[in-house]
Order: sequence, then structure tokens, then C-alpha cells
Amino acid sequence: MSTLVNFKIDGVDCLAEAGIYLVEAAAENGIYIPTLCNIQGVKPRGACRICTVMVNGRPMTACTTPVTMGMEIQNDTPEINDIRKAIIEVLFVEGNHFCPSCEKSGCCELQALAYRFRVMVPRFPFLFPRREVDASNPKIIKDHNRCILCKRCIRAIKTEDGKNIFAYKKRGIELEIIIDPELGGKITDELAQKSVDICPVGALLPREKAYQVPIGRRKYDIEPIGIEDEKK
Amino acid sequence: MGQKITIEPVTRVEGHGKVTIHLDDKGNVKQTRLHIVEFRGFERFVQGRPYWEAPVLVQRLCGICPVSHHLAAAKALDVIVGAGTGDGLTPTGEKMRRLMHYGQVFQSHALHFFHLASPDLLFGIDGDPLIRNVIGVALKHKDLAVQGVMMRKFGQEIIKATAGKKIHGTGAIPGGINKNLSIEERDSFLKGADPMNADKMVEWAQAAVDFFKGYHKANKALIDGFATFPSSHLSLVRKDGAMDLYHGVLRAIDTNGKKILDDVDYQDYLDYIDEEVRPWSYMKFPYLYNIGPEEGWYRVGPLARCNTADFIPSPLAQKELEIFKAYTNGKPNNMSMHMHWARLIETLHSAEMMRELLNDPDLQKDDLVVKGTKVKRGVGLIEAPRGTLFHHYEINDQDQIEMANLIVSTTNNNEPMNRAVNSVAVEYMTGQKEITEGMMNAVEVAIRAYDPCLSCATHALGQMPLEITLYDANNNLIDKKRS
Repeated sequence: MSTLVNFKIDGVDCLAEAGIYLVEAAAENGIYIPTLCNIQGVKPRGACRICTVMVNGRPMTACTTPVTMGMEIQNDTPEINDIRKAIIEVLFVEGNHFCPSCEKSGCCELQALAYRFRVMVPRFPFLFPRREVDASNPKIIKDHNRCILCKRCIRAIKTEDGKNIFAYKKRGIELEIIIDPELGGKITDELAQKSVDICPVGALLPREKAYQVPIGRRKYDIEPIGIEDEKK
Repeated sequence: MGQKITIEPVTRVEGHGKVTIHLDDKGNVKQTRLHIVEFRGFERFVQGRPYWEAPVLVQRLCGICPVSHHLAAAKALDVIVGAGTGDGLTPTGEKMRRLMHYGQVFQSHALHFFHLASPDLLFGIDGDPLIRNVIGVALKHKDLAVQGVMMRKFGQEIIKATAGKKIHGTGAIPGGINKNLSIEERDSFLKGADPMNADKMVEWAQAAVDFFKGYHKANKALIDGFATFPSSHLSLVRKDGAMDLYHGVLRAIDTNGKKILDDVDYQDYLDYIDEEVRPWSYMKFPYLYNIGPEEGWYRVGPLARCNTADFIPSPLAQKELEIFKAYTNGKPNNMSMHMHWARLIETLHSAEMMRELLNDPDLQKDDLVVKGTKVKRGVGLIEAPRGTLFHHYEINDQDQIEMANLIVSTTNNNEPMNRAVNSVAVEYMTGQKEITEGMMNAVEVAIRAYDPCLSCATHALGQMPLEITLYDANNNLIDKKRS
């Protein structure tokens, strides 16, 4: 039988099952902690650091930190939100994110977070890296310009026997996602669609299916990111 | 002592350009050039992108008539996805696109006439520049200004309902459209509170044509004589010769009205049209291949369309076209200022077509997209507000764009605009040693008649305050003025 624990987020008394991650515990109490690399049902990585909160005065990633009795968490403070905003800005300047022509616009979590945190002009200089579009897979087009290396596809997309279809290649600033040519070549329609859906940005795109959802009916056109948690 | 006059940049047009006028020792105009001094390079940076991004990406060329680029690209991709050339779409797909296009022609023409061109007509070419602008129009001719704003708004709302956004939407996708028109949206246009309804737009568009005809009657010398020169004319026309702004075959006529190109499938445009590069401008010079660059240039846009089309398939605009054609006894009209007249006839036609389409139940159906056998090459043409617009794409085995060629309406009008500028420079500047503001504006009025989009034409966004500099034969600056 699960144990309930008391904790506070921004001074608000909260109650959740002991051991669940702070992101989920907050959501259960109607509080939104932003995430980007995190996906439900897959072991968290704490890679993007967007979910950084102060736990008893120390910075922790809310997606990897289990909730415990008596925790004092700061989430929605100017200082923390500025850190999150800076992370979003870094992700934007480090790639080539041209939202106006991106199929994912309106459904993109990075874009939605940029709107939520009111990113106007990044404080960092744009790097304009030279990256390619890899259209060799028969079902998925990979646009390295937009990839934020969140590793969602690597962690969540597996063959029936548990093999990875996606992997990292190269190192440092040249790090990129690759699709296993053999396994990727045989990827099912269902798994290809899951890969596209799981990508938080427009780095993985379905072939020949772009812009089918009109502007105004896209996910974040209907409801900005985070509102769903805050309505609970 | 020879002189060189530079006008840079030109105002109340879209984009950035300059004019240079060289005068000889006797003060005669020796050479006039309209230079386009901006470069954008869309043809290059779409290379490598998935082909279905083209309609959304390439429309960023322009903020005034992005729908033209959006639809021309979509039409080219219709061919690539095997949906045919313009007439292979579902009725809902084609009619939604047509509604989007008429909305855009309507708003763009209203913008040009009321906001950009009307100050010259209402206050005179040499009128006080402090009031010879859209604010002056709003202060002195409030009703006209309000009509201009509201007509533009109506067109923009039509675009929003069909493309998702007023500027840079995503409605047209390869093989069709991504939404239909809801009953609520339809009724907001048909039964909207005065003045925001289709009937009022037709009424105002008719009033605008009548306003121009009245102005013409009172100012014949200016309207008929300003920047008038013979030329060929090119546009799309429907197979039966009707004006069709969305789809058709290529037709060109010479200055006497003889058809020099007719019933040409635009997929073969490269067999008929070539582009010349000149070192002093980023804008190319298209011409009819079989005639050559010297004589093969042509005009596009409203004047050309009213010249090439046999009739207009909407009753009020057809009546006005008959009056327009009768004025030149059925011969091609070569008067640059009549471009405004033709533009307003098209505005009326667009209003009528919007009303007709809004009453068409096909717009509420759900069959939106068709696809067939994919090919590697597609050409899409459309009659954009400023003239015939060419989009040509070729893709590789992996669905990436390998080649893009865009011949934009303003590019087609490059030589005619240069001729118009020369004609006005000869008339207004010959023998002059001092530049007057009126002279400067006369040059701009000639360019403005073509409603050029210089940004699109070099595949740039900018404002165009005008600067004229006067040099002597030794290139010494002797006068400089800026508007």
C-alpha cells in the first residue's frame, strides 16, 4: 500500500505518493513544472535541466528526484524561471530553429516553452551551425537543424525485442542522432509515427504528411503548454 | 556637362530599389535604370528541404501577397504528387484555394490603390509631400481611406479562414487544402454586419472603379500620357480565353494585339521564356525566347491581364472590361496609369468571385486532398496581384528539393518598369539642372503604377525612402535630396 507524503511547492501544501518524481507529484497537485526531455513511462534522464527546482535550497532536476516527506520546493520563482528561460534560449541559438516554416510549429514543445517563458531575443549569440537534413529513411525525415539531443527517441523507440533504433553518433558539438540503417529501414508505420510524436521539436518528421492540421487546431493553439497540469 | 541622377530608395513600393538617370552635356536623358539592390536567395536555400515545406517556406518572400507564393508552390507540388495541373484537385480543394487567392488579390489591390497610389491621384504628382501620403488621404478623404482599410481587412479575413492565418498560413498542401470553410465562417462573410460582408465589398469595389473613371475623365492628359509606351503583354488565361487569376494557359499578345503565345501549357514554360542577367541589378530580365531579349520583353499584371483576356467571367467586372477595352478600340492598352484602372476592375472581379464562392456548398465538403503517381518535376503558375508568378521545383529520390526557379511578377515587369522610368525621366528631367520633389515623385509614380514588389523579385524586406543625387559629367555631386 502506497504511502502519502506531505511537501510544499512555493509554500503551498501538497500531498503525493512517496517516491514518485517531483514533476508528477507537482502535476497531481495542479502545479506545472516544465519538462522537455522527460516522457511519461520511460526512465527519466535529467538531460535538459528545464525542470530544475530548488529542493531544500539546492538545485535538483524534478524529473529525476523522488518526492519525500517534508520537502520544501521552490518552482515558480523569478530566479528559477530565468534559468529555465536561459536553457530555452541556449537550445534555440545552438540549432537552426526556423519556426515559420516548421511543420511542428504549434505542436512543438520547445516553441511552446519559449512562448510560456516569453523568450523574445536570446541573450546568447546564434551559432547558425551547418547541419544537414537526412532523408534516407523511408518513413522518417531527420532534420539535424532542429534536434535538441533530448534523447527521447533513443530511450523510447525500441524494436519488439528491445533493440534501439536510434542512437547517438560523434561527440561534443558534433553529437547527433542516427537511425540504425537496418532496423530503421524496417521500422513499422506505428513505430515511425511514435518516433515523430515523441520528438518534442521538428527534428523527426513523417514523410509527405506535413501541415495537415490547420493553424488554430494545433495542440498549443488550443491550450498553451502547462495549462493541462495547472487545471488539475 | 553630363549629369547622373540617383533616386534611392523608391517610396511606396514593396522592397528596396534605386533609380539612376544619366544626362548628357545638353541635359538630355542618356540612360535610365531601375536597380534592385537587395538579394534574398530563396531559390538556393530551399535546396535540400523536403518538398512539402516549399509552400510554407517560400511564401516568406513577401508579407503583402504571400498567398501567391504559397499557392504557386502548392500548384507545382500538386504536379509532383500526381494531383494534376490545377484542375485535378477535389472541388473543395480547388475552390478553397481560389477563395484564398481572390481574398488576397482583393486585399493587395486595395492596399495598393488606397494606401500607395491614391495619394498621387488625390493630391497630384507634385502635391505637398506632407499630405501626399496615406495619412493625408485619411485626413482629407476619410470615406475613401476607411473603405481602403476595410476592404483590406475583408480580404485578410478571407485568407485567415482559408489559410489559417492572415499572413503566412498553411492552408494549401500538396494535392489540396488542409481545411474546409465552416458554416460559421461562411456566414460571417455573407451576413456580416455592415460593412464587413461580401455584398458591401462588391459595392465598394464598383465605387472604386467609378471613382477612377471620374478621375480619368478629369485628368485625361496625365492618365493617358504618363509613361505610355508600346509593349507585349503576357498572362494566364482560362482555356476559353476568360480572365482566370488562379489557373490557365499562357497567352501573350504583341503591341497590336496579335497572339504571339497562346494555349501554352506552363509546364513547358522553359521552352518559351528565358531570363537575361544584367550586371547592374539583382533582378533578372525575362523575355520570350523565340523573339529574343531585345524585343521579347513583355508586361504582366492587371493591365496585361485585361489586354490578354477575352472576357471576365463575372458580370460587373465584365461590364467594366468592355468599357476598358472600348477606350482603346479593342487594341492593347499600353498606358501605364491605366494599370490602376485595370487593377480596380480586377478588384471588382475578385469581390464578385468571393461572393460566388462563399455561396458554393462545395466549400463545406470534406474531400480535401488527392494524390497520384509522384514525379520529380513540377511547375506552378498563378496570376499574383502584380502579375504572372512562376514556381518550378525539382526533387530527388529522397523527396528533397534539388532545384527551384522562381520568376516573380515584378521580375517579369523589370524591362517595362525601366522603360516607364525612362519615359518619365525624358519628359520631366530633360534640360533640368535642379531636382524638384515633383520630379522625383514622377519617377516613383511610374514605378508605383506597376505595384512592384522588389523584395519578392530578388527572392527582401525593406522600406523605400527615396534619395536622388545629381552628378556632373565628372561624377562630382552637385545636388542631393531625400524624400
